[in-house]
Amino acid sequence: MFSRAYRAAITVPPLIWVAVFLLVPYLLMFCYSFWSVSESGTIIHSWNLANYRELLTKPVYWETLLRSMWIAVRVTFFSMLLGYPLAYFLSFHVGARKDLYYQLVIIPLWVSYLVRAYAWKTILGTDGVMNTLLQYVHLTSHPLDFLLYSPFAVVLTLTHIYTPFTFLPIYASLEHIPRNLVEASHDLGATPQQTFWRVIFPLSIPGVLAGATFAFVLSLGDFLAPLLLGGPSGIMISNIVVSLFGAAYNWPLGAAISLCMLALVLALIVFSERLERKWSFS
Amino acid sequence: MARTLLSANASSAKTTTMKTMSEPAIASTAKPTSLLSVRNVAKHFGKNIVLRDISLEIAEGEFLTILGESGSGKTTLLRILAGFEQSTSGEVWMQGERLDTQPPYRRRVNTVFQNYALFPHMTVEDNVGYGLRVAKRPTEEIQARVAEALSKVKMSEYAKSKPSKISGGQQQRIALARALVNRPRLLLLDEPLSALDANLRRQMQVELKALQREVGITFIFVTHDQEEAMVMSDRIALLRSGELEQVASPREIYSRPATSYTAQFIGHTNLLQADISRGTAMCDRLAWPTSLPDGSALFSLRPESIRLAKVAPPVIASPKTASPIRFRAHLRDRAFHGATELLRVETDGGLILTIRTATRDLPETPLEFEFLAADAIPVSDSDNSNNKERR
Repeated sequence: MFSRAYRAAITVPPLIWVAVFLLVPYLLMFCYSFWSVSESGTIIHSWNLANYRELLTKPVYWETLLRSMWIAVRVTFFSMLLGYPLAYFLSFHVGARKDLYYQLVIIPLWVSYLVRAYAWKTILGTDGVMNTLLQYVHLTSHPLDFLLYSPFAVVLTLTHIYTPFTFLPIYASLEHIPRNLVEASHDLGATPQQTFWRVIFPLSIPGVLAGATFAFVLSLGDFLAPLLLGGPSGIMISNIVVSLFGAAYNWPLGAAISLCMLALVLALIVFSERLERKWSFS
Repeated sequence: MARTLLSANASSAKTTTMKTMSEPAIASTAKPTSLLSVRNVAKHFGKNIVLRDISLEIAEGEFLTILGESGSGKTTLLRILAGFEQSTSGEVWMQGERLDTQPPYRRRVNTVFQNYALFPHMTVEDNVGYGLRVAKRPTEEIQARVAEALSKVKMSEYAKSKPSKISGGQQQRIALARALVNRPRLLLLDEPLSALDANLRRQMQVELKALQREVGITFIFVTHDQEEAMVMSDRIALLRSGELEQVASPREIYSRPATSYTAQFIGHTNLLQADISRGTAMCDRLAWPTSLPDGSALFSLRPESIRLAKVAPPVIASPKTASPIRFRAHLRDRAFHGATELLRVETDGGLILTIRTATRDLPETPLEFEFLAADAIPVSDSDNSNNKERR
């Protein structure tokens, strides 16, 4: 149908892009993770498993990984809690102004991540909006210090940032539900509540899984929110990777952690895709 | 004149304009017990008026078809009965209870949707049992009734299948079983056969009609297919631009159409604009006796009411009025339809008529044709009086 030249012209550039900016870096990381670094700071190109051994034996790494996962789980949970009702409301109950509301949900995505993270800093800080308000209404006598530089701040900020990411796939799956199924359910005697739990929710599960995967994977790998708002107790695994590639100058160990996370995330994505396929019926 | 046609006196509004029409066209297959009463229902979508002033009585156990072109408002009327739309004005009553103020899940009305609307995440049996499960019936009862419903539509062996794994015709049966298992008082069917191919559709028409007789539930069936309506219905309610044009049994609506629109929509017809003077209607050079008063009137003459005249004309007109009207015409066109063929002929006066005859060799033109005066049915002109009144 299309000429060879045309097909080559449209397929080769993206292939080159993927190769140069994805596959080669991954390959380099893979190699680095089996190398080591000398006292003087030079990379020793001898293959060994020392980095992976260190990961398993030193508690700081897997404890941080577990904490990061726990933060990611909470972010996923809360962004679902916010994103699902929002998506449901928009898809089923706003009628003609659907597009407007949709845009309103999307607009925050255009605002820089950094701006939003800093905004939370001014809200949650010791002299921030929240503490001032709480003291003004005499709920507390002195500023609450757990608001900022804590896992709480990280979860809150990440939830704020990733809720639209959970909203979008849920909304898409709700929009895909043929409305005559909802009518059929009512017609057969199901109340709106029964209809939701027996028809709407089961059919939106692919979107829920996709949204949950987004929120979990993105917040697991996040390093800016913990850096800006996490404090010492809110450190996440990516912060360790950043410091290993930066100040600590231990690229091999950093690469090993990155690969472990990559494997974890890939396994998760494959798993959720499986589930999604099981729950999609088109 | 208001064009509200109630079922019991289907075309009374029309007949009063043609006082002498031989039969008053009462379409009463309706038993005295009325199940559903639609009273002056209208529906506006903004400025767009979809239904105006629909009144209709539907009898217990009746098979009523709402027939109309797309955009006639037939689906909207069905959706009002199901509870998916609110009427702008008017009321719907079912056996002494107001129906239109109830949400759909409290109505003992079930619907078979155009695209079946089976739940894709449930098996066939779970689909059929859905209504009983949400009504929290005991498990044994659900199982028994689902099994019975599936066997009634001959789908027992597919109980564990997912809807996506069965054919359109099978999905159709499941949709039917899913509705009937709840023993509704009224079953609404929204063009349920339109997605099936022609052969399967004919088969389903017969099955559906048989099933309706067996279960004895009142069916309201929506379709745009006049043949389907004729085959299945006890009565047909012909809807046109949001108004009821005529409500009558298939035989009645075919043989005694009240308006030119009905005559043209249900089957083919020849519309003859005739001038009447002293008991004789004249159209072109055709003349036939009529009991209508002097003036002008529109007549419907079905193509099959005209036949080739016998070679020798009867020498003496019979003393009864049944002597046929003869005329001469030239064959212009013929279309083969198997057992019959449609001829387009032009009379000496330039009038074009469509004639259905048994397929056979035709003699040389000009041909002699004849029809009976009683087959020329006076109809009111839908395009003039009604449309002007409407706009």
